[in-house]
Amino acid sequence: MKLIVGQGSCGIAAGASKAYKILEEEIKNSGANIKLGSTGCIGMCYLEPIVDFIDDDGKKTTFVKVDEEIAKQIVKDIVASKVDSNENVISDEDKEALAKQKRISLRNCGIIDPENIDEYIESGGYKAIERCIKEMTPEEVIEEVKVSGLRGRGGAGFPTWFKFNAARQSPGTEKYLVCNADEGDPGAFMDRSVLEGDPHALIEGMIIAGYAIGASEGIIYVRAEYPLAIKRLNIAMAQAEERGYLNKDLFGEGKFKFSLRIKAGAGAFVCGEETALLESLEGNRGTPRPKPPFPAQKGYWGKPTNINNVETFANVPFILANGGDAFAAVGTEDSKGTKVFALAGKIKKGGLVEVPMGMTIREIIFGIGGGIAEDKGFKAVQMGGPSGGCIPAEFLDIPVDYASITKTGAIMGSGGMVVMDETTCMVDMAKFFLDFTCKESCGKCTPCREGTKRMLEMLEKITEGKGEPGDIEKLEELGKFINSASLCGLGQTASNPVLTTIRYFRDEYEAHINDKKCPAKQCKALLTYTIDPEKCTGCTICARNCPVEAITGTLKEPHKINPDICIKCGKCYEVCRFGAVSVE
Amino acid sequence: MVKIEINDVTYDVPEDFTVLQACEQAGIDIPTLCNDDRLVAHAACRMCLVEVEGMRNLMTACSLKVSDGMKVKTHTPKVIEARRSVLDLLMSNHPNDCLTCEKSGECKLQDYCYEYGVERGSFVGERRDLPPDESNEFYDYDRNKCILCGRCVRVCEELQCTHALTIDNRGFGALADTPFRAGRAESTCVSCGNCVAVCPVGALLPKREKRIRAWDTKKVKTTCTYCGVGCQLELITHKGKVIGSKPVEQGEPNHGLLCVKGSYATDFINHEERLKTPLIRRNGVLEEASWNAAFDLIVSKIKETKEKYGSNSLGGFTSARCTNEDNYLFQKLFRAVIGTNNVDHCARL
Repeated sequence: MKLIVGQGSCGIAAGASKAYKILEEEIKNSGANIKLGSTGCIGMCYLEPIVDFIDDDGKKTTFVKVDEEIAKQIVKDIVASKVDSNENVISDEDKEALAKQKRISLRNCGIIDPENIDEYIESGGYKAIERCIKEMTPEEVIEEVKVSGLRGRGGAGFPTWFKFNAARQSPGTEKYLVCNADEGDPGAFMDRSVLEGDPHALIEGMIIAGYAIGASEGIIYVRAEYPLAIKRLNIAMAQAEERGYLNKDLFGEGKFKFSLRIKAGAGAFVCGEETALLESLEGNRGTPRPKPPFPAQKGYWGKPTNINNVETFANVPFILANGGDAFAAVGTEDSKGTKVFALAGKIKKGGLVEVPMGMTIREIIFGIGGGIAEDKGFKAVQMGGPSGGCIPAEFLDIPVDYASITKTGAIMGSGGMVVMDETTCMVDMAKFFLDFTCKESCGKCTPCREGTKRMLEMLEKITEGKGEPGDIEKLEELGKFINSASLCGLGQTASNPVLTTIRYFRDEYEAHINDKKCPAKQCKALLTYTIDPEKCTGCTICARNCPVEAITGTLKEPHKINPDICIKCGKCYEVCRFGAVSVE
Repeated sequence: MVKIEINDVTYDVPEDFTVLQACEQAGIDIPTLCNDDRLVAHAACRMCLVEVEGMRNLMTACSLKVSDGMKVKTHTPKVIEARRSVLDLLMSNHPNDCLTCEKSGECKLQDYCYEYGVERGSFVGERRDLPPDESNEFYDYDRNKCILCGRCVRVCEELQCTHALTIDNRGFGALADTPFRAGRAESTCVSCGNCVAVCPVGALLPKREKRIRAWDTKKVKTTCTYCGVGCQLELITHKGKVIGSKPVEQGEPNHGLLCVKGSYATDFINHEERLKTPLIRRNGVLEEASWNAAFDLIVSKIKETKEKYGSNSLGGFTSARCTNEDNYLFQKLFRAVIGTNNVDHCARL
């Protein structure tokens, strides 16, 4: 019998460590023969902390939202052999959400103990690299990746085999492999999950890639804000070295030896851009270099370098163990395999999902994600983080593949899906992402440094009711210029949230500018709170709760809001029990 | 050599050329603010954008290497509009003070705004509003005029190797400055002035006593007299008087670089305390004298001292500003004529 506690950052934040301690004590006190273990994140953030129970027959029962009391109850129920009666057993609906997924890069996350290499090996780990070294030439490895159709999962979707091959063909004997684990999109945590939940998959993927391109040294550039990921990577790397997968002649074949090290980032979003990442790796300020030359030609210290993100590398062992065909069998013609998405925003079941390419956005958001929180209406989904764009309801049924997503003006990106409901103001949303890119711009090139600031200022003006006719056109013009003239990917995509919201929600911009109204009632400067004297009973609750004493009136008489004092905090609207306060 | 098509005309250019170099060779003007042939291509100002067939975005001519069959368009409406947008954005965060700016007349930003018809920045919003750094003795830094081309930082780093400057902060807040914006005086700056020489705008300017318009000055190419390297510099003159100097942009031996003396030590030329004749102290007062009188005095004093105290009581100290030949003769005079090895010079510039 075994109990496994999900201890990714998300689980720990929800109280998994506490649950672990209670389980440990309770098992000890009960004297039952129950093993206790840890695993990474299964992706169902909304159900954390999650504990799996595996009985002697191998049957798995999942407990969700395990607080201290439930943890105690679980041990009692196991001892009494009535686990099914526990009221925190996962619902069928949630089980189904998991069953609809197809897990390749997350295949071990939430299942194996990331700090135990044996569990990775038992699940078929390090078989792929053995096959590569013993049976394949580097060219054959690249060919297998080509057959799989794997494309870079970091955002741009460049064919992985092509990048491998370019680095392999580049002249020179000293080559490098870099893993981009500087995941920085707001609301995205796909890579963190792999790093914390299955670090050996990344390590094995990198060894294979190193063998394929002819690089004997790899570096994982991981953001310093992921301390648990760094800790588990370090443990995994030490174990891999102990077993002879790192720093030693692999399988004694005399063919290949690979070393790996971690470089922690220093908190700059732009360092997720590959050339800025290389600058940072070399100890310089993280600013992008002009391309070409591409890293495959001139990368780390000017040597041929292959850079891929975590999810891409995590797919590689699966491809080499099961064959490129097995991977290509999943997904669509143009986009093979699966893609991990981080569901966030106004969605019921926020978390991490891995689905076959080609699944519709509707199926992901409503089928797996459970639909919109509080059953409000769906408005749009922001895909690809601040570099991506919003996709409105009319495109809910398009399949998730590179070409279809790009057609909408958004991008596949690294996998962030921020869901917005009818109460989201699209201008405000565009402003949020612009504010992010503007702050994270490195400041090197003129369009991005100066341009994003001016766009942000225009959006601020519009949301404050100071927009003028012509602003939308000016935003479009400037946005297109920034996209076409910036130095790196950050600038070249910075305007996407603005351009797509204008494309699909132009009427909202017009309402802000022409009517000085925010249709979603989010932009405070454009709101007026009034009290309907017909409905007001004079209960005084609004006046008592108003933080700035903007509401006057005597008991049992209709109250009034002084618009000059009102700070539009919405407190009166919240507390009124008679629906007398209205917002326009 | 590779064949490259620029504006529908085919040219043969060396294969290691950039598109910018190819255009230069073809006599096509491409505007640049951050480019400096001596430095690693920076591709930051985005003025040199051109259209290249097959490329999705506009490309920077300064960083893009030519390749066989490449087709480049340098002045399409899209390119012109993009350059105009760059200038518009730069001017929207730049003081519109060409009327009083010392750089006026030799400012690249001003010239390009003229060429591309950008009268002022069209974006109304925040502008950099920081105090100037006047802590260096030879030059001033007007932070509000910096356009982030990074040439000062890169020349200090890549060529001068002093590393006194950096790009500080990021995004709209980014600025070429000393670490922590502590000011030049607090930095490792050696006042070589090479940053000032490469600044394309009026952000970095030598301190001057009088305000003189660039077009009222003359530039005279000459060789620096401070040491034996022979740096090429231009003396800037106004009404027949030297008011400053700057390095000759290209060529041996200094390739556009100077040291603090070459850059700034020209004041002595017209200085009121400059010695124009030898001085002899008579009864405690220095009086002007002829060279002959001075030499006679020197010779008599040397003889007197040598007879009284011996050769080694004398020592000679000469200057690095003298030529090799002068210094050779000077040590010969001391060793062979006066008879001492006490001879040295100030080869420490």
